Amino acid sequence: MSQHVKTLAVAGALAAALSATVTPATAQDANEKCFGVSLAGQNDCAAGPGTSCAGTSTVDYQGNAWKLVPTGTCATMELPDGRMGSLEALDRDLPQG
Amino acid sequence: MFDEAPLRHLPAMPGVGYKPQHFAAILQDPAPVGWLEIHAENYMGDGGRPLAQLRHLAERFPLSVHGVGLSIGGEGRLDPDHLARLKRLCDWLKPASFSEHLAWSTHEGAFLNDLLPLPYTARTLDRVAGHIDEVQDTLGRRMLLENPSTYLAFAETEMDEIDFLTEIARRTGCGLLLDVNNVHVSCTNQGWDTDAYIDRFPLHLVGEVHLGGHDVDADDHGAPLLIDSHGAEVADPVWRLYARSIARGGALPTLIEWDNDVPDWPTLAAEAARAAAIMGAVMAGGRA
Amino acid sequence: MTGQAEFHAALLDPERPVPPGLIDPARRPAGRRFDVYRNNVAVSLTKALEQGFPLLRDLLGTEFFQAMAGVFLRAHPPQSRMLMFYGAEMPAFLTGFPPVAHLPYLADVARLELALRESYHAADAAPLAHSDLADLSAEEFMAARFGLSPALRLIRSDWPVHGIWSAHARGTPAPSARRPEDVVILRPGLDPAPHLLPAGGAAFITALAAGATVAEALEAAGPLPDLSGLLSILIGGGALTALTRE
Repeated sequence: MSQHVKTLAVAGALAAALSATVTPATAQDANEKCFGVSLAGQNDCAAGPGTSCAGTSTVDYQGNAWKLVPTGTCATMELPDGRMGSLEALDRDLPQG
Repeated sequence: MFDEAPLRHLPAMPGVGYKPQHFAAILQDPAPVGWLEIHAENYMGDGGRPLAQLRHLAERFPLSVHGVGLSIGGEGRLDPDHLARLKRLCDWLKPASFSEHLAWSTHEGAFLNDLLPLPYTARTLDRVAGHIDEVQDTLGRRMLLENPSTYLAFAETEMDEIDFLTEIARRTGCGLLLDVNNVHVSCTNQGWDTDAYIDRFPLHLVGEVHLGGHDVDADDHGAPLLIDSHGAEVADPVWRLYARSIARGGALPTLIEWDNDVPDWPTLAAEAARAAAIMGAVMAGGRA
Repeated sequence: MTGQAEFHAALLDPERPVPPGLIDPARRPAGRRFDVYRNNVAVSLTKALEQGFPLLRDLLGTEFFQAMAGVFLRAHPPQSRMLMFYGAEMPAFLTGFPPVAHLPYLADVARLELALRESYHAADAAPLAHSDLADLSAEEFMAARFGLSPALRLIRSDWPVHGIWSAHARGTPAPSARRPEDVVILRPGLDPAPHLLPAGGAAFITALAAGATVAEALEAAGPLPDLSGLLSILIGGGALTALTRE
C-alpha cells in the first residue's frame, strides 16, 4: 500500500469513527451510577462489629491450616476444552507487529 | 493565635455525614439538614465524580471537613504529603469547619484504618499539641479535636480525659468536637459517670457535636463493652446526654453519623429532625 | 509504657499476647477489649478489599476471599491513608499465593479492578470536540499528536479478562473463548468502563501516549484490521483530550 493510499484509508477510518460516535458530554451528571467503584474503599470513622473473630484469628496458608478452596464463579467457568475453573496453558495469540 | 478565630462557622442546626448514595435525594429535599460533613480522605483523588459532587454540594450547603487519617496522636511525625493533600482540599473547598480525632492510625507508614487510643500523659500531650500546632499553621485555620471512643485504658495514664482535652485546647488554641455517642461509649467502657462527663466538659470550646449509633458487646468479665459502630439509630441514652449538653451549652451544630449499613435518605433525615426537635425544645426552655 | 510499635505489632498478629500496660477499669489486663481494635483493623480493611475487588470476590467466593484478605492485609497494610487506592499489591500477591496458583488469570483481573478505581478518581479533562477532528485533512491527522485522558488505563493480558469482566457485569457464563485480551478503560464523563481492544490497539495507544504522531503510532502498531473500530472506542470514550498539529 502506498503512503498515499494508506493515508486515505486512515482518513476513511477516522470519518467512519466520527460518524459512529458523539462527542462525550462534558456537562457531567454527578448522580451516582456505578456504585461498585464509587463506594469502594471509603474512609470513615466507624468501628467494626465488636469482638467477632475476624481480627483474632488468621488462617495459615503455608501450614496445613488452609483448607479453603475457591467456591465462587471461577469454579464453574466453562471453558471450550471442558476443563472447569482454570484457564491454563493459553498460547498467547499476540497481535502481529 | 488561633484561639481568637471564631469557633463556630457551621449553623447551629443538624447536619449529616454525607454519603454518595444520597446525592440526588439531598439536593431534592434536604429537609431539616442545614450542613454536610465529608471525610477528607475520600476527596483526595484528582477528579471524577467525588469532586464533581462536592462542587455541587458546596454551592448549596456549608461543609465540614472531617479528617480520619491524619494520625494526630502518632508517635512519628505527621505525614507531610497527607498534610499537603489536606491543605489542597481545604484551600479549594474553604469549609466552614475542619476537625480531626484524638487518636493515632499510622505506624511507620502502615495505615491501620482505625482510631487507636492514647495514654493521657504529659508526654502524649506535648506530642499531640505539637502536631495540632503544625496542622493549624499549615492550614492557616483553627481546627476542632474530637473526644475518642475507647475500649481499654493505659496503666501509664496520669490525666483525666477532659483535663487532657482542655489542656490541649489551651495550649494550641484549637476548639473541641464533642461526640456525645463517644462520651456514652467511653464512659460505659471505662466506668466513668456520663452525666458528670458532660457537666465537666468545656462546652464553651465546642464548635460541633456528633451523634451516632453503637453496638453492645461484653468484655472477658461480662461487663458491657460498647462499640462505636455508626451502624444504627442514635440510642436513647445518647439522646438524653445530647439534651443535657444543649441545656448546658446552648444550640450547637449537630451531626448525625451513619457509616455502616447506611439507611435511605428519609431515615437519615428523620434522625436529623429528631436532633432539631431536641435542640428546639431545650432552647425553648423545656428539657426534652 | 505501651509504645505504638508494640500495639501495632499485636494488632496485626493475633498470635501475639496483648501488650502489657493495657487494662480494663478494674486495672485487670485488657483481654478481649484489645480484640476490638484487632477486629476494627481486620474487618475494615477486608471490607475495603471486598468493595475494591468485587469481581475477584465473586470469582473466589466470599469465604475464600475474606480469608485471603486476612492474609493480604497483614502482609500489605495500606501505605496510603486513602482507602480508595488500597490493594495495589494485590496482583503480585495473587501470583505468589499458592492456594490460587491454578488460577493464573486472577492477577490480571485484579489489575483491571485497580485500574477502574484509578480511572474513577483521575483528573478531569475535556475531550476534543468532533469538529476538532473532522476539520483535519488526512495528512494533518497522520502528522498529529494527541494528549490522552488522565482517566485512560491500559491492561494487556494473556487471559480473556474483558470476557470475564463483562460476563460478571451481565451475569452470564464466562469466558466464551480462550484468548489473550487487551483492554482500555475510558471515562467519558464520570463513569469508567473497560473496552476490548482490536488487534494492534494497545500498541497504537502506547505509542500515542509516548508522544508519537498518528503515522508513527500506526507504524508501531503494525496491521490494524479494525482501525475505525479502535478510533470509535477512543473518540467515543473521550480518550483524546489535546491535539498538537505539526
